[in-house]
Amino acid sequence: MSLPMSLLRVRDLSVAIGDALPVEDVSFDIAAGETFALLGESGCGKSLTALALMRLLPPAARIASGAVRFADTDLCALSEARMRDVRGGKLGMIFQEPSSSLNPVMTVGAQIAEALRLHGDAAARERVVELLAAVGIPDPARRAGEYPFQMSGGMKQRAMIAMALAGEPELLIADEPTTALDVTIQAQVLDLLRALQRRRAMAMLLITHDLGVVANMADRVGVMYAGQLVEIAPRAAFFAAPGHPYARRLFAALPDTAARRSRLATIPGSVPPPGTRHAGCRFVERCGEALPVCHAAPPPWREYAPGHAVRCHLPALPVLAGKVGVTEGNPCGTGGTVADAAAPGGAPPLLAVSDLQVYFPIRKGVLRRAVGHVRAVDGVSLVLHAGRTLALVGESGCGKTTVGKAILGLQAPSGGALALDGAPLAGLAPRRMQMVFQDPYGSLNPRLRVGEIVAEGLCALRLPGDHAAQVRELLAQVGLDAAMAGRYPHEFSGGQRQRIAIARALAVRPGLLICDEPTSALDVSVQAQILNLLGDLQARLGLAYLFITHNIAVVDYLAREVAVMYLGRIVERGTTEAVLRGARHPYTQALLAAVPRIAGGGVEARVAGDPPSPANPPPGCHFHPRCPRAEARCRASYPDETTLAADHVVRCHFPA
Amino acid sequence: MLAYLIRRLLYALPILIGVNVITFALFFVVNTPDDMARMQLGVKRVTPEAIERWKAERGYDKPLFWNDAAAGTGKATETIFFTKSVKMFALDFGSADDGRDIAREISLRMGPSLAVALPVFALGLFAAIAFALLLVYFRASYLDFAGVVLCVAMMSISGLFYIIGGQWLVSKVWHLVPISGYAEGLTAAKFVVLPVLVSVLAGLGSSARWYRTIFLEEYTRDYVRTARAKGLSERLVLFRHVLRNALIPILTGAVVAIPTLFMGSLLIEAFFGIPGLGSYTIDAINAQDFAVVRAMVFIGSALYIVGLLLTDISYTLADPRIRLQ
Amino acid sequence: MIKPVLLWSDLLFFLLIAATFAGGWLAARTEHLRLAWRRVGRSRVAMAAATLLAAFLLIGVLDSLHYRERLPGDGENYAVEVRSALDALLTGLRTRQERTYSAPLATHLFAKESLEGDQGRDFPRLKHGGAHLGADTAGHGADLLAKTVQGMGVGVVAWLVLWLGFLPARQAAPHLAWDAVLATLFALCLVAGPVLLLAQGYHVLGTDKVGQDVLYLTLKSVRTGLLIGTLTTLIMLPAAVALGLLAGYAGGWIDDVIQYLYTTLNSIPGVLLIAASVLMMQVVIDTHPDWFATAAERADARLLALCAILGITSWTGLCRLLRGEALKLRELEYVQAARALGVSGARILWRHILPNVMHIVMIAIVMDFSGLVLAEAVLSYIGIGVDPNTVSFGSMINTARMELAREPMVWWSLAAAFAFMFVLVLAANLFADVVRDAFDPRASR
Ligand code: SF4
Ligand code: SF4
Repeated sequence: MSLPMSLLRVRDLSVAIGDALPVEDVSFDIAAGETFALLGESGCGKSLTALALMRLLPPAARIASGAVRFADTDLCALSEARMRDVRGGKLGMIFQEPSSSLNPVMTVGAQIAEALRLHGDAAARERVVELLAAVGIPDPARRAGEYPFQMSGGMKQRAMIAMALAGEPELLIADEPTTALDVTIQAQVLDLLRALQRRRAMAMLLITHDLGVVANMADRVGVMYAGQLVEIAPRAAFFAAPGHPYARRLFAALPDTAARRSRLATIPGSVPPPGTRHAGCRFVERCGEALPVCHAAPPPWREYAPGHAVRCHLPALPVLAGKVGVTEGNPCGTGGTVADAAAPGGAPPLLAVSDLQVYFPIRKGVLRRAVGHVRAVDGVSLVLHAGRTLALVGESGCGKTTVGKAILGLQAPSGGALALDGAPLAGLAPRRMQMVFQDPYGSLNPRLRVGEIVAEGLCALRLPGDHAAQVRELLAQVGLDAAMAGRYPHEFSGGQRQRIAIARALAVRPGLLICDEPTSALDVSVQAQILNLLGDLQARLGLAYLFITHNIAVVDYLAREVAVMYLGRIVERGTTEAVLRGARHPYTQALLAAVPRIAGGGVEARVAGDPPSPANPPPGCHFHPRCPRAEARCRASYPDETTLAADHVVRCHFPA
Repeated sequence: MLAYLIRRLLYALPILIGVNVITFALFFVVNTPDDMARMQLGVKRVTPEAIERWKAERGYDKPLFWNDAAAGTGKATETIFFTKSVKMFALDFGSADDGRDIAREISLRMGPSLAVALPVFALGLFAAIAFALLLVYFRASYLDFAGVVLCVAMMSISGLFYIIGGQWLVSKVWHLVPISGYAEGLTAAKFVVLPVLVSVLAGLGSSARWYRTIFLEEYTRDYVRTARAKGLSERLVLFRHVLRNALIPILTGAVVAIPTLFMGSLLIEAFFGIPGLGSYTIDAINAQDFAVVRAMVFIGSALYIVGLLLTDISYTLADPRIRLQ
Repeated sequence: MIKPVLLWSDLLFFLLIAATFAGGWLAARTEHLRLAWRRVGRSRVAMAAATLLAAFLLIGVLDSLHYRERLPGDGENYAVEVRSALDALLTGLRTRQERTYSAPLATHLFAKESLEGDQGRDFPRLKHGGAHLGADTAGHGADLLAKTVQGMGVGVVAWLVLWLGFLPARQAAPHLAWDAVLATLFALCLVAGPVLLLAQGYHVLGTDKVGQDVLYLTLKSVRTGLLIGTLTTLIMLPAAVALGLLAGYAGGWIDDVIQYLYTTLNSIPGVLLIAASVLMMQVVIDTHPDWFATAAERADARLLALCAILGITSWTGLCRLLRGEALKLRELEYVQAARALGVSGARILWRHILPNVMHIVMIAIVMDFSGLVLAEAVLSYIGIGVDPNTVSFGSMINTARMELAREPMVWWSLAAAFAFMFVLVLAANLFADVVRDAFDPRASR
């Protein structure tokens, strides 16, 4: 495992919080100029490991044991004062949330200059501008004088990177650097990180939960599970044949084209909480290949191939079968495909939205008169048939959530018409449509029992029948134990909470479920469970889904039709096949190219810049400032719909 | 920005009118002027004539809202509401029971009030921030713990104790400064020192503890971690990052009190014999001089509203997030 | 023999205690509240403070059981004076009046007077203080010592009894910080025992200007402090909660009106508003003497009115806090989900918003208490507090304020009032601190 020229050498590092060891016996090396990715789901200890290297652990946590050597220095033995020279100077770090990680009341330039001065650079002013230019911030001299809130998320992350580079670190620790960003911006930032690393011959420790990011960035990969490293491998070897059963299941749980419309493999159960005592392997409860010895003894490191080591009792690298880790049967009786009924001929669509507008007034002046509008949704038309799934795709701020709320009646539309089964609709229709929200923590009232939460709609609408029995049935339907009705939400994991939220929505037997990013806050393995559940429910109950998401892979897996939104308008729509495989709008193409895929090929940042504000959209085609194909005509007029095929419509003057 | 200020000013007007109506209701509707006269004159001398005279002296002999007996606009202006309430907007407060003009009295007494209140404000703020910073610098140590215990103990002691104890110890036992009194000019200093110290001490516990929590909360922010990751020393992190961010709510929160400093402090002025607006108010309360109390309520509210306005402005200036939007 | 009298403040006080018990019972059935209170119960500081507060509460309750004594002679005639159970228990203290000042535990008056006959000027002997010693006071010191030691013995015995009494409770709830409770009780017993014995023969805290026992006055002040600290919050709570939540949840013009209301009230300087209201209320009370049968009832009315006025002037802060919170909660997804399910606005407020702001309300109640007790002293001192006939810390300090200027100084009334107030407020502050930490959702995560 140990490389000859390792820059950073971590040995048996353990971090303790109270009695629990959220990080235990982690060892790895990073060579100069190399990118090492630490991959794991939330709570596996990967961020704590990074903070421990910087000795920046939160007050409750401490390094319990282990050694960290950087070049020739033992970081654990340094005094706090000496350690400060290492921070920023030898080890730079960037964090996940660019908006909260920058000081809101200092200009970006001042924050970078501060780092420069610390590391002995006197001519700070020019260097600040230089650094900002180096991370691709346009007009760096002016931007240096701006405050973080004046910048977009991607810009802030670039500024963070500039700050981390100020001390010319030899190792950059990037803790989920793109998780908070949109895909097109993520692609830009990943591009930048790769370019900088190559130019400066800097080593990088990349912490992420995203297999796609790993595939595109890393030289070597370390997989963490429940506080331990369970696998270390070169990237190619890892993606060709992941060794640890956990890693293999992660791959199988990814919704991607390969898995389209078949059930996803899931990892049953959930990660054991830190502080659990383990006699044997930490993964044993969820492992399909577990041997008797796995319960009794902690697995040893086994080197399957040079540089590819796995912490598992399995004697050799098992052959990667096509159907790894499918652990459940196939209850939905549709031949292993997600049911998605064909369009019924003739009948009016379940939901028809025409020219929906939601404007928010901008008020100014003494009398607070509306001087303009934020056009959050600006003329959106959709059609959704019973039993089908329509995905509404777009980046944050494009108005897709507002569309959902306006359809549901939570947000009064400013214009346009809605029709359910051909009958016009205004306001709420609780028995027809329900919503599943994004945040599994914010969507359940912590003060109510699960039973009360699920029965909420039954009580509010005074539906007949035995509510308690119905609640039991609903819980069973979403795969929860009926006995859980008496418990409170905080006792459940994110995935279980999302199941409860789905049960609550289903209680009133709606025909349409609006799902607003229902899996984006969940780990991949849990996401697969929820997607499977949604598929089963659709097959069994004939539900239609309006699926609002930014995740192309999920769309590809789940939806029959797709509509792509940009700045309040739909720019391209059609069948999933047509849009994702034959995208014609430059924005859709950029979006697709930006998704990091495991299959390699590399992410491609096809568009530069950030989406403009919907309060002040560019004239003509909203996309023209970022569009590679833009011409004079695009600046003058907004393109009309061009029908390319019966079910493929695009709004672009020059559809490719 | 300007539009915003104008809007705030316009918003202040209905509030001031509201205050005026509330005070009017309190003073003239809850009790009739007859009731007040009867009470002030005492039971023995109450004759209808005495009551009428008492009311006439103070101008309370008019109808409340509408005077049918008067002519022209007098129907509206020859009323208690107009003469007593509406005129306040023109800073016409009438005269006190002893016949002196209230507005003049107020302008005379503002000086002494400020002489105490201003140093109390500045020193108090400084002392509390400094103390809180000290505790935060040594956070999670025994010093911090002892400091917090001290704060809680200090805020559990009655303000009266600080005053009485201070007077007794400093003036009576040590004979350092006079117990009470006031003089114009520089000699005021020796009268002002003790009340200032006492007030600062009395307020220190609660504000220092409060500021400490604000600082500590700021310490948990992500940008503090970023600052450390850059390699900044704890001292720089505290002063350059934490302090700067925490001061925005602290200072803008304090600004609201600045205009009301003119009002002085009731207790301190009464105890230390400082002829400011605070003791004026206390005397008026004890003498049940309704005109003065009413005037002070009005001025106090007006100053508070100015304070709110200043808070908004200072917030706008201090926080770039608001200044530049 | 006696006729029970239920003053309005008694009624409210008892209602409040009943409500607390009801709330406790409810809290025990609601998981997150039970967890929060368990965190409070595990804290030594909180349990020690709670023990002290319970002792104060006991005094307050005893002092709230009012009655009028039947006058001797036949017929249904009752004394005009309204007494309380505490008065009855402390009859000795109350009746053993001296002529004027005497120092704590003294046997003679504090100032020289010309004695009867022609014996020159000397310190006159107290009527009651040390009376059991007879004319010769040589054994004074030894007697004090003996009584103190005996008292401590009594205290220790009493504590042992209490210790036994607590055994079942400790077994039922072993995770609570009982050691802190017992330690506090031990200290209390150790102080109370000697005081009890000494008070039989002496004025433990001296006497005031008119010869009343200061210990008696201090104990009587406790009820006033407790009432002001609790009733005020109780009075303002419904308005603050209802208006704050309504403003935050409903928004629009309702929000504007409520905001206008509290900004206006808030802009009037608190003390002045209180002063003006108290003055006006005084006029009302004075012009309607026929409303009140006894002086106690009049004093009680004024006390309640003071609580109401303090409540009216102090609800704005909590209201604003709750409005902000409701504004935040309104946007939360579970509220959105409820709206999508067709749950009515009132029901959302009741089921989803209110339970999620209860911790703020709880924190406000305990945090306000100490501030109000301190405020009472200041207001009474300024002359806009309780009725002069009501014994309170403020009125004690007010009557004693010139005593420090006397030569030699009379310090005990002030010291007693300040010391009792300090203990009460400190206990309340410490308790409030722990409660805040325990209920703050950020802390529990
Ligand atoms: S050690 Fe056993 S239980 Fe653990 S991952 Fe390997 S096979 Fe599965
Ligand atoms: S209309 Fe023009 S600017 Fe807009 S997407 Fe098409 S080519 Fe680009």
